[in-house]
Amino acid sequence: MSLTADEVRKIAYLARLSIQEENIQTYADKLSGILDLVAQMEAVGTDQVEPMAHPQHMTQRLREDVVTESNQRDKFQAIAPATEAGLYLVPKVIE
Amino acid sequence: MYNKSLNELSAALHSGEVSSVELTQYFLDRIKRYDGEINSFITVTEEQALASAAKADKSIAAGQAGKLTGIPMAHKDIFCTDGVKTTCGSRMLDNFIAPYNATVVEKLEDAGMPMLGKLNMDEFAMGSSNETSFYGAVKNPWDSTRVPGGSSGGSAASVAARLTPIATGTDTGGSIRQPASLCGLTGIKPTYGRVSRWGMIAFASSLDQAGVLGRSAEDCALLLEAMVGFDEKDSTSVERDTEDYTSTLSKPLDGLKIGLPKEYFGEGLDAEVGKVVEAAIDEYKKLGAEVVEISLPNTHLAVPAYYVIAPAECSSNLSRFDGVRYGYRCEDPQDLTDMYMRSRGEGFGSEVKNRIMIGTYALSAGYYDAYYLKAQKVRHLISDDFRQAFEQVDVIMGPTSPVTAFKIGEKTDDPVAMYLSDIFTIAVNLAGLPGMSIPAGMVGGLPVGLQLIGNYFAEGRLLNIAHQYQQLADWHQQVPAGYTD
Repeated sequence: MSLTADEVRKIAYLARLSIQEENIQTYADKLSGILDLVAQMEAVGTDQVEPMAHPQHMTQRLREDVVTESNQRDKFQAIAPATEAGLYLVPKVIE
Repeated sequence: MYNKSLNELSAALHSGEVSSVELTQYFLDRIKRYDGEINSFITVTEEQALASAAKADKSIAAGQAGKLTGIPMAHKDIFCTDGVKTTCGSRMLDNFIAPYNATVVEKLEDAGMPMLGKLNMDEFAMGSSNETSFYGAVKNPWDSTRVPGGSSGGSAASVAARLTPIATGTDTGGSIRQPASLCGLTGIKPTYGRVSRWGMIAFASSLDQAGVLGRSAEDCALLLEAMVGFDEKDSTSVERDTEDYTSTLSKPLDGLKIGLPKEYFGEGLDAEVGKVVEAAIDEYKKLGAEVVEISLPNTHLAVPAYYVIAPAECSSNLSRFDGVRYGYRCEDPQDLTDMYMRSRGEGFGSEVKNRIMIGTYALSAGYYDAYYLKAQKVRHLISDDFRQAFEQVDVIMGPTSPVTAFKIGEKTDDPVAMYLSDIFTIAVNLAGLPGMSIPAGMVGGLPVGLQLIGNYFAEGRLLNIAHQYQQLADWHQQVPAGYTD
């Protein structure tokens, strides 16, 4: 399995990761090496095997839909990069 | 004082031989004196530690103290600590002051243990050498040119150098057991779901589990008792009560059946490490155990399956780091996409990016069946291997790490070589079983770990088996030269 530089650019965009152009080839090489390792799985037949989602085959526990948290907006916003009037600020989204 | 067990420290605190403030100050002084050499702490919380020590002294004086009250400890910097910087070893969270406590942190605070600080780790727990940390590599106290293992490398190095009596860690693919092995410590990763994941920054949610790195099985038993238990805030927490691990430590091992998987003693294992592990297993025969060869035929598929499942879950978990509500935000974002891309591109290190991209690729349209679904099926095969083995034996033993501590920089350019550091530990996480590593000898002055794998919820039995060995051997008592006064 060998990823091209273009494929790495596409994956990086899907993952919303900026990558310096000069590092693209290094990532392509490393990711290709990891995919070669992963490809060893192909050696074993798994047609009759169920996928395993949880070690103890537990099902998701549900709870009542009730409020359990208190309002801690000020505390949470104290660590935010940018806020104003209790709102989180981001770059302009709509022109 | 530095090499005393938790029981001895507890006795000294209760008899008045030493106060918690004195004991805490003693370890804070050791951190000041020695941590420049090994870089095991990211944050030292001196004031807070001394304040909780003073509180602990009052409870002791009032006769309201438990066994752990007043004994200082340190947390891996993956556990959120209210009001204290919590970085997960990443630039992304370099400015993150956690607004709440992890359940584990809450429980050990309630037990009266002063927290000395937050320990270095591989970035987002992704690594086997503690070299991916934004805060620099941690050095192995046994040889400072070598790695301590990872990802709980700061936890391992700090306990090995006796800068803290005990520490928490987390283990997604070997991150407690492998550093315990490389630093000569006892480490335990409980059954998946046994310790709450609430407030523990997520890497791969179906594999992550918190545990302990300590000097001995007895010490680990004491701390783990205070950590386990059902937590409604963690949706995969197991509904099971707390357990008494210390009262069963001295159970004799007559008739214990030990399984040795032939796959753990073949290719990839350093011959000298293999000899030490075999010698330790021979000691168990003296304790009345019977040894049988078993097979875990899908062992070779564990690392490949893991490097689909863990990156897939990581790419999903780490999508929360977007530069909006907390964490790193790039300078002068041009628009929203630019903000996401540069905040994440600049905030994450290269190994985290490798894993996010592998996971993104494996989960992208058209590839799901070939990668994630296939890996989950292989995971089932691996889990079945263990299920069958535990029909024949009580415990599985083998090496924890195929080699002793390697040189800093030796594997940093080759992710696949680094991933193979965990060939003997990863399958345990895929199956969700409990595992331990205990010090079993030395090769060339470096510690070797023996791995113990138990059936689901057999933590008490594993600790008992480890403790019995530690009654015969004294490897766990050894302290690296240079940290002994």
